[in-house]
Amino acid sequence: MIVMTKDTMEIVREQDVVPFRNRVREFSTKIGMSVVNQTKLITAASELVRNMLKYANGGKVILEIISNNAKTGVRLTFADQGPGIPDLSLAMKDGYSTGRSLGLGLPGAKRLVNEFDLKSQPGQGTTVTVIHWKHGR
Amino acid sequence: MQNQLSDAGLRDDLMTNDELLRQSEEMLDALLRAIATGNFDDIYATEYETITDTLRDISITRARQGFSPRETAQYVLSLKKAVVEVLEQERSDDYITLYKESTSINTLLDNLSIVTFETFIKGREEVILRQTDEISEISTPVIRVWNGILALPIIGTLDSARTQVVMENLLQEIVNTGSNIAILDISGVPAVDSLVAQHLIKTVSATRLMGAECIISGIRAEIAQTIVHLGIDLSNIKTKATLASALQLAFSMTNVEVRRIDKNVGLRGTR
Repeated sequence: MIVMTKDTMEIVREQDVVPFRNRVREFSTKIGMSVVNQTKLITAASELVRNMLKYANGGKVILEIISNNAKTGVRLTFADQGPGIPDLSLAMKDGYSTGRSLGLGLPGAKRLVNEFDLKSQPGQGTTVTVIHWKHGR
Repeated sequence: MQNQLSDAGLRDDLMTNDELLRQSEEMLDALLRAIATGNFDDIYATEYETITDTLRDISITRARQGFSPRETAQYVLSLKKAVVEVLEQERSDDYITLYKESTSINTLLDNLSIVTFETFIKGREEVILRQTDEISEISTPVIRVWNGILALPIIGTLDSARTQVVMENLLQEIVNTGSNIAILDISGVPAVDSLVAQHLIKTVSATRLMGAECIISGIRAEIAQTIVHLGIDLSNIKTKATLASALQLAFSMTNVEVRRIDKNVGLRGTR
């Protein structure tokens, strides 16, 4: 796997969400992703970045354009120093929320992207990595 | 020192129009009075009040007029050159005094230029704040498209604060016009995530509580796919792809029919 472009963004306020989404759009346009796939990735990114703001008071996102053999894609890594998730399988369940929201953020984001990885330790923060390939598969 | 500063040579710097000339004169007079007290360090002392006030005034006006920060700072800094030139002429025999005096006048003018910076930035920030207010005010119009039908084009991201404004405007307008159908058009919303969807659902519920029906229009193909993948259930809300089809639905719900009148038929009849 080769990293072609890399950028880091700090997310600390709700106002950072829109510029971040635009940056994700820029990255996915650069590799020629279709509008549907772009929207999927941007929506997933939006869900994850909102989680980060809501539960961990913000964090850091690494945006990368990666290449794997003939495939090109965008990889986003969301890292925060928040309270962490005590029960991962419960957090991935549709409709489960500790924050009075729809409870679709994490499971929804997983369905929207090609690869989804969630690592969390209570008290150690949470890291979510998602990859969406140019052709959506 | 006082006499040196009042030299006419100072007023050549960049000022062309009468108002600026008057402002500069005012400021120079204030500066001379302040310097006369022998205070060169503390610009927050009372003797500098007039001059910092004048400077703030000038900076704010310039920020509003759209001057660049460089031009505004130059206003004070240009004084430096003029003062040092005068000092040079008068103290050409005494280098130590020349050095000391130019150092203290430099420090003083640097401090004053910092005041212009601070005020300039504050002036610009005020402009930004005012624009933010204006944007949030104009961005949520409620349009009465037909008797009893309201339309609400939502443009931009729908966050919590925005939803509150949208909901308030919509509910108020429903009361004011006695409308029973509201069309929320989300063509201008770039991304619909679960938070935006939740806000939409809340708005629809509130509208229903008021006895009005809500139609969401402007759902683009990619947004529809995303909503399905996210698992958001909008099945009990009436949704349409375009504002036109939403309006058509609203017409049929209120038993209104829009027909094309064939004018040619009428003309033939009169002939």
